[in-house]
Amino acid sequence: MTLLRPDLQIIADNITPGSRVLDIGCGDGALMAALRDDKGCDARGLEIDPANVAAAVAKGLSVVQGDADTDLTAYPDGSFDYAVLSQTLQTTMRPDMIVEQLLRIGQQGFVSFPNFAHWRVRLSLLIGGRMPVTRLLPERWYDTPNIHHVTIDDFRSLVREEQLQQEGQWFLSGDTQTGRGLANLMAEHAVFLLRG
Amino acid sequence: MNDDLRFGLDRAVQLPGPLALDSGATLAPVDIAYETYGTLDADAGNAILICHALTGDQYVASTHPVTGKDGWWVRMVGPGKPIDTDRYFVICANVIGSCLGSSGPATVNPATNEAWAMEFPVLTIADMVRAQAMLLDHLGIERLHSVVGGSMGGMQGISWTALYPERVKSAVIIASTAKHSAQNIAFHEVGRQAIMADPRWRGGAYYADEDPPVSGLAVARMAAHITYLSEEGLTEKFGRRLQDRDAKTFGFDADFQVESYLRHQGSTFTDRFDANSYLYITRAMDYFDLAEDHGGSLATAFTGSKARFCLISFDSDWLYPTAESRAIVHALNAAGAEASFVELSAPFGHDSFLLENAEMDRIVGGFLKSGDGK
Repeated sequence: MTLLRPDLQIIADNITPGSRVLDIGCGDGALMAALRDDKGCDARGLEIDPANVAAAVAKGLSVVQGDADTDLTAYPDGSFDYAVLSQTLQTTMRPDMIVEQLLRIGQQGFVSFPNFAHWRVRLSLLIGGRMPVTRLLPERWYDTPNIHHVTIDDFRSLVREEQLQQEGQWFLSGDTQTGRGLANLMAEHAVFLLRG
Repeated sequence: MNDDLRFGLDRAVQLPGPLALDSGATLAPVDIAYETYGTLDADAGNAILICHALTGDQYVASTHPVTGKDGWWVRMVGPGKPIDTDRYFVICANVIGSCLGSSGPATVNPATNEAWAMEFPVLTIADMVRAQAMLLDHLGIERLHSVVGGSMGGMQGISWTALYPERVKSAVIIASTAKHSAQNIAFHEVGRQAIMADPRWRGGAYYADEDPPVSGLAVARMAAHITYLSEEGLTEKFGRRLQDRDAKTFGFDADFQVESYLRHQGSTFTDRFDANSYLYITRAMDYFDLAEDHGGSLATAFTGSKARFCLISFDSDWLYPTAESRAIVHALNAAGAEASFVELSAPFGHDSFLLENAEMDRIVGGFLKSGDGK
């Protein structure tokens, strides 16, 4: 078994075996392969980068090259048990609409994202006066795919405004899980499980 | 099994038919020329059907009997290649309507004992597929491991999954479309009119005196050939370079390399292809609209299918652009089918599917292998 990225491991641990899963922004299909091989899931993927798609398809995974902003509408309502959006939300044109699509297509939806209110990010902007470049956000402001930076508190307020049910939340600092207390300051990364 | 005369290179069979055609007509008998490569498993579970394009043929990985050239997809099909003949039993059949041994306008109409010519019934892509299904029955193959095709071959591939959902485990559809667009039809009509405008066409009845409309067919091929390439590819290959001369001649010779190249493409094509077949097959492609056959919904065409799909398009292909593949993918997603799709980058336009592309090899090889044992 290959080692998954920590946020993907949390998602994999919390998916019921045998589920139908759509991984939106699936990269090279690491989560899909783990779900297929370890949990007997029927996993499908959507990925924007052709090299990643080619790698995933060559591994026997069902991945479609496409853009979450435009290609989700073709999937029928409730056609998957879970829809997953890992490290992808902040790269989309309209994150609110993506979350809406996520929970239309999936009975439940996982969303994971880097927290822009982590203390190191805050410090970098406060002291350095420059857009933060961190381990999880390694690109510079002009070449980053992350066009909608989001904090844990921002996301929680979106969940409230859209009246979504929150069914799970996990926080990561470094590569280990951390508590909920002061998560918006202390967590580098968050994973939410939602229901529409 | 190797002694079985049904298997091997350069095979032909006459099936009694009748084959009921979309037009309402019937075709009987049905001649099919085909080749097989590799060995069929005892349970006949390792068969891959390769469907050829408009001017393709059954010589997918063997020497062409007329041109003496390598098969049209020899880089893709063979021992250890992405479509691995050590592992799979590969079948490629000349489509009906064509001219390399399968029933078509150049074959003999049993009612008259003369070549069918324009009395041959107008065909559809689905008719070609039905004839292939008859061939598989003859070969003892109930279910295909995969059906693979580029361009018109891809149209046959998706038609297979719609017409015979139980007989196809997976489909690889490359540089293709679920319908012919107005632009596609327009280019084909130019080709057909070029053939029909040739005085030697004579309503298609040119077989008896062996004086076919080669000029018209060559022009049709020249026009079509442009659509298989890309502006970038043409510029790179020819630019404005002159052909075997230092200056323009102020005449109408092939001054430019690109003119000389097209003329050569046109004239060599007439050695290996029949003008009437060109009319019939382009017509079948123009009639192709898979959604139309399913109440206007492409997704409906795939609802019965349990097949896995792999679609590939090329970014420089303006004949069947990526949007056409994406429309198929959206329909597959809507139908809940297991689909993969990638747009590959290649500068050679529509013809990219026939050329060297390591990424395509990796995808097709990996996709086919992942279906083994399923």
